[in-house]
Amino acid sequence: MTVHFKQDEPDNSNRLDGMKQGVLGKPMPRIEGLAKVTGTAPYAAEYPVENCAEGVLVTATITRGEVTSIDRKSVLSMPGVIAVIDDEKLCTRAAQGTANEAPMQGPAQVCYWGQPIALVVAKTFEQARDAAKHLNVEYRVEEGAPLDPGEVEPEEQEDETVHQGDLAHAMAEAAHSIDVTYTTKGHASAAMEPHAAIAEWDGHKLTVHASLQMLNYNITELADALDMEEDDVRLISRYVGGGFGSKLGISEEVVAAALAAKQVGRPVRVVQSRQQVFQTVMRRSETTQRLRLAADDNGKLVGFGHEALVSNLPGESFAEPVLQSSHFLYGGENRELMLNVARIHRMTAGSVRAPGEAVGMPALESAMDVLAEKVGIDPVELRLRNIPEDDPEEGLPFSSHKLAECLKQGAQAFGWENGPRKPRQRREGEWWIGIGMASAARVHNVSEAKARVTLKADGTALVETDMTDIGTGTYTILAQIAGEMLGLDPKRVLVELGDTRHPRGPGSGGSWGAASIGSAVYVACKAIREELATKIGTSEDKLELNEGRTPTGESLTDLLEGKDLAREGHYEPGDIEDDYTASGFGAFFAEVRVNHYTGETRVDRMLGAFGFGRVLNAKTARSQCIGGITWSIGLALTEALEFDPRDGHLVNCDLAEYHVPVHRDVPDLDVVLVEERDGAASPIQAKGIGELGMCGGAAAIANAIYNACGARLYDYPMTPDRVLAGMPD
Amino acid sequence: MVLQGQEVRLADTITVNGTAYPIPDDPRVSLLDFLRQHIGLTGTKKGCDHGQCGACTVLVNGVRINSCLTLATMHDGDDVTTIEGLGTPEEPSALQRAFVEHDGYQCGYCTPGQICSATAMLEEIAAGWPSDASETLNGKVRLSSEEIRERMSGNLCRCGAYANIVAAIEDVAAGDRS
Repeated sequence: MTVHFKQDEPDNSNRLDGMKQGVLGKPMPRIEGLAKVTGTAPYAAEYPVENCAEGVLVTATITRGEVTSIDRKSVLSMPGVIAVIDDEKLCTRAAQGTANEAPMQGPAQVCYWGQPIALVVAKTFEQARDAAKHLNVEYRVEEGAPLDPGEVEPEEQEDETVHQGDLAHAMAEAAHSIDVTYTTKGHASAAMEPHAAIAEWDGHKLTVHASLQMLNYNITELADALDMEEDDVRLISRYVGGGFGSKLGISEEVVAAALAAKQVGRPVRVVQSRQQVFQTVMRRSETTQRLRLAADDNGKLVGFGHEALVSNLPGESFAEPVLQSSHFLYGGENRELMLNVARIHRMTAGSVRAPGEAVGMPALESAMDVLAEKVGIDPVELRLRNIPEDDPEEGLPFSSHKLAECLKQGAQAFGWENGPRKPRQRREGEWWIGIGMASAARVHNVSEAKARVTLKADGTALVETDMTDIGTGTYTILAQIAGEMLGLDPKRVLVELGDTRHPRGPGSGGSWGAASIGSAVYVACKAIREELATKIGTSEDKLELNEGRTPTGESLTDLLEGKDLAREGHYEPGDIEDDYTASGFGAFFAEVRVNHYTGETRVDRMLGAFGFGRVLNAKTARSQCIGGITWSIGLALTEALEFDPRDGHLVNCDLAEYHVPVHRDVPDLDVVLVEERDGAASPIQAKGIGELGMCGGAAAIANAIYNACGARLYDYPMTPDRVLAGMPD
Repeated sequence: MVLQGQEVRLADTITVNGTAYPIPDDPRVSLLDFLRQHIGLTGTKKGCDHGQCGACTVLVNGVRINSCLTLATMHDGDDVTTIEGLGTPEEPSALQRAFVEHDGYQCGYCTPGQICSATAMLEEIAAGWPSDASETLNGKVRLSSEEIRERMSGNLCRCGAYANIVAAIEDVAAGDRS
């Protein structure tokens, strides 16, 4: 039986707080933890499949044009080679998140350097790899593909445009104004598990083990790509070795494995090489951002301008939503916001952890530091003075707003010294020491979700959904929510995820996973509780369950009388989405060392304080926060995709040249969880936390660099060469 | 040694977690692919296949290496320990338990490599091998968090669990000292 709940009103009943099991929010270790630490958790490429052939993708070595011939004979006589697949249904790009339809197909048309054009299948991986290298391909090159975002006429994203009041006038008249331009480089998700798929046919039924974040959309995308019915497709992603946006939509190897397995009549595994993952999946667009801020004598904003230029391939709808939080984070009645997209031939731009705020917030929050200095007030105080009552553009109330608390609690925990600041106040040997701060904001999303909960006759529970756990903690929080609602130790709750045979979840992305699927489990559990309450002649809201028993001693097994009790929860956000502006908020504080002679920056201390609704598991929530802060360090100091200006190919397409933070780059990190209940966010009063931790953190580091050594930089990442060049004599 | 009923020379086998396996015919097979594809030990992960991420770290004769950077055929007679050989869900090692307790992972993909690496790394410190973070090149190495961070920097974790991984390792190291 399905129970549908569409949320039109805030739910401030906080029912979960009244439950008796007392497990929700607790820092419980992950229930799948032992499987992960012993290497027994199977990821996509690791399922034992009989008679599995191996496929290796072949990628284009031109920027734009057409594949005119593929010389199959050049490899078919090589040992073990079974087939060369260049089916027109092969995908040439990964699907954007929530696309729900096949991505671009037709491998003969080349749109970017590194685009998949064929798949070589052989008995062993070594044979397939060798043959793929030797495949002779001829092209007709279409010269003159634009590669530089600055050289084309950009397209305005009109739904992002805001003209409110007169910003130019406000800038001219204001006591203090700044007009600064920032740049950020492209970024890669670089999830540790490369994109992989094993496809197996049984007649017209297809099963694919893949590494994907959103099976509920991916099944539609795959079925569409293959012209199949969804009912004939099964996708399995029980463990996903990181996604960060790169596995939101199906990627090229999934469709390639399916087509190849059909053609060669046996299962086929395709694992992208690390270089291919960099080249064929998603990049975060580079950005150029102009910030105009105008403030009165007291630092109160009267004007706010944020314009951004991003890029993507022709035909892609995604535009890095740089302005997402700029629309509501600070006041200022005169506003100009605009987002432009340049169409260029680098690989697909798409979601990389915290699309939008990940790069928009570091620019805005560094500009706020420039403004604080100009006004002559403390940067924490500047932010506190500019928190708007309501959404400054839409006029909507905020669902909840913890920015002030995060700023204050974060400042106190960090030991922030209030007052105007001057750079170069502290030096130890070769090192300048400084501190900086920034606000955090990330829009809250919640999505339709379904989950089945079965209270088994033996007094255990089973949760089933196609939702994924990409390291976020989904397995564990669902066991906690079901345990809390049904009065069970989470050890007695079995959670089955990542299989499209289960009810459709929301997928993992946009930080909406926990609040959405948690709400579906909550709805299902509530319906089960109603049934149980009826059995003992009480109402659901009075039903108390703890350790499988009621206070009067009846056990769940007695009440169930040998029968399982199952309910499918179907949660859907309704008017709450339109009636409120909803966001997670927070604050970052960082202490850095900058070497006077080399320009090297080291982060010595970093703290984040975050308010994101109900904390479902204090351990996994904190882990999400430290993960985000770690990404902030990479974004601030090292991460940059570098493209060859001649052909647009990605030069640093591996983990030796694209520098993600390593152990020694990351100090011990402090996290302050600012607890709140946000009833307009979801019926479990929770918001997302997967991305908030990197929305602004890089600016805290940038501002600390300035405070330490006096180098005021406007280009991320702040590599030693840039720091040295920006340092005063 | 007897393998599958036949007498074989030791030099034709690799011993993994105490069991001997024949060396594959194809000399191109990396030790990593041998473990994952040939003998079904998929706990060792392939993250980059180029020695850049550390996800494939295993112990060869007690020393940690990136198994993607070496060919199976180069390990005649060697003794390999993988994550499966360090502990099981029923009997996890101290480090495996500590990673669970400290949430020293998120997606779990780099985790076997982190744990294999940390297992050997603690031995290296105990043996007095210095690193860039060591105060001196001679004498005893002090087990500091900076020392751990430096020595673990070959094991990438994109989820960003570093702070928790270091906490887990420190916890086990403190237990070893006491």
